[in-house]
Formats: sequence, structure tokens, C-alpha cells
Amino acid sequence: MTINFNELNNLQLDVLREVGNIGAGNAVSALAKMVNRKIDMSVPKVKILEFNEIPDMLNAPEEPVVGILLGMTGDITGHILFMLDKKSARLLVNMLFGFKESTSEEFDELEMSAIKELGNIMTGSYVAALSMLTNLKILCSVPNVAIDMAGAILSVPAIEFGMLGETVLYIASEFNEGDNKVIGDFFLIPDLGSYETLLKTLGVII
Amino acid sequence: MHENIKVGMADYKATSHPSILVTLGLGSCVGIALYEPSTRIIGLAHIMLPTSKIAKAAVNEAKFADTAIVKLVEEMVKLGANRRIIKAKLAGGAQMFNFTDSSDNIRIGLRNIEASRNVLAQLGIPIVSEDVGGNHGRTIELYSDDGKLLIKTVGFGINYI
Repeated sequence: MTINFNELNNLQLDVLREVGNIGAGNAVSALAKMVNRKIDMSVPKVKILEFNEIPDMLNAPEEPVVGILLGMTGDITGHILFMLDKKSARLLVNMLFGFKESTSEEFDELEMSAIKELGNIMTGSYVAALSMLTNLKILCSVPNVAIDMAGAILSVPAIEFGMLGETVLYIASEFNEGDNKVIGDFFLIPDLGSYETLLKTLGVII
Repeated sequence: MHENIKVGMADYKATSHPSILVTLGLGSCVGIALYEPSTRIIGLAHIMLPTSKIAKAAVNEAKFADTAIVKLVEEMVKLGANRRIIKAKLAGGAQMFNFTDSSDNIRIGLRNIEASRNVLAQLGIPIVSEDVGGNHGRTIELYSDDGKLLIKTVGFGINYI
């Protein structure tokens, strides 16, 4: 059976929003522990977008962003993508190293591996929360990082969704450290069939 | 005045001279730029997947190389283009993330390039130049003046093909 996101009812959307909330919440608290600071998070936005709306949704599809992609295996297969704008990535790297005040748009090798680790821990916590919530066994692959145009990074999950239908399920969360706004988007991209598994285990069968 | 027309993801557009067709942030998707030199009618398709056969529900023809290119040529002919002298340029089809355990889905960029080449060959449309593959995103602009294709990248500058 093919999932048509346009036909999801309010209850199912609420459940997915809650999944996003709990996953991102867990990821942000892992981040807070890592950098030893208090970090606030807004309620994630869950949106269902048509492909041609994607460039408009991104403020600047050509703007370079940091994308961290992990594969999921186990009871659910697919991918999870964590996307950060470069300013936010710089802020997090500075926080991780504790003493850095860099404003550089470029990241050196050590900083890149820090970003990878950050993505690893955040997406890992996201998936761990999902796993606990559903009682499903989900494993993550090693992270892959790419810094490139937002539209190009986003084409990776969009293509996966493209095999299912005409829309993308998008869960965005924004978090703040003091006055610093960090904007990060999570994309949960289960393979065909895994959405069903997910919604079924959560008790909202399609 | 040139009109700047945006082509979204899973979208195609044909237009008459003078105009510029633009698609932003191509990743693993492929941009197929078509140019008919006598009327200067141009067309641009931004495809996501190689063939409508692999998808579960093939409703959006603009999404697949096999259906989108055929439709785009039809649109151009409707505007008055001579099908026999249409030329093509290709861009995109990158692999944005390097996976060691590359599954087919992750190598979709390469398959999109292959499929686009095959469809163009079947239609008898020659490919005059390409900027495909690699692991970086591209923004492309197609000019009706002379069919030149601008390619913008992060880190590799601006190129014309």
C-alpha cells in the first residue's frame, strides 16, 4: 500500500508531530549535555509539502547549508537527515570547543569531524527516542556530512519521498541558546512500508 | 527584456525568446535544457527520478526523465519549435553524500543521468554538452539568446556550457 500524506488525518498528523517533538527534544537535550548549556526548543512544525514548494520553503535554495545524513536499519529502514544553516553550525562548533569565537564560514578537518559527531549524537538521540516510543529496533549507520546548496542537500530526501508520492513530510525544529538562534531541520525518511510500520505501532493505522 | 522563469523540483517549462529559465539547487536531480536555434524556443525540465516505472504512483509526469522530456518537447513544438533541430544540455545528477554501502537509491544521480541520455537518444536529440555527476549542487540558467547554459556551484564558481 502506498502512503498518501495528503490523506493523513489530523490524529495521524498529531502523532507524527509528537514523534518529531519527542525525537527533536531528545536530540536537543543531548546537545545541551554536550555543550553544557541550557537550550530551549520550539514546538516542531510538521508540514506536508509539494515538491515544487520546496524551493520556496527554503529561504534561499542556493545558500550553503550543512547536511548530516544517516541510514536507518532494523525494524524501520530509511534515512534521517539533519540540516543546519552554516551560521548555526558555526555556533554549535564554537560551543563544542568551548573557547572558540570563530566566525569563519569554512570548517577545518577537526571542525568537520566535530560536526559529524554532533550529527551522530543528535540524530542518534532522535532515533533512540523514536525507538523507545515505538518499541521498534532501529540502528543508525555512520554519519555522512555534506556542505552545499540547501536545495541540493534537500533533493536527497525529496527523491526518496518522490518514489512514494508527490509530497514531502517535513519536521522542522528551532532551538535557542541564550540569544543565539540555532535553526535545525530534521527529515525522517522511512522507506516504503516503514511509514506503515511506524504508524501501526503508534496505534494510528492508515 | 528577458523574462526570468523559475522551474521547480519535479517541474518543466517551455518558453519563447527572449527569456531565461532557471532552476535552483540541483542535487541528485538532473536538469535537461533544450534549445531550438531557429525560433530560440527553450525548455527546461528538473527531473527527480529516472523512470516512471520505479515509482508506486506515477501521477506527476514532470518527476521522471522518461515522461518529462517527452512532455517538454511536446510543449516546445506547441510553441512553434522544430523538433528535428532541438539540442540538449545536461547538468546535475550529483551524489551529495558519500556512502560506502551505496544502495541503488543513494546512487540515484547516476541513474538519472543515464536515463536522461537514453530518452534523448530515443528522441533523436543530440547532447551538445554536459556538466554532470560529482558531489556538488548546481544552479542552472538557460538563455534563449544562444542556448548557453550557466552553471553556478558552491566552491567551483560559475561556468558556461
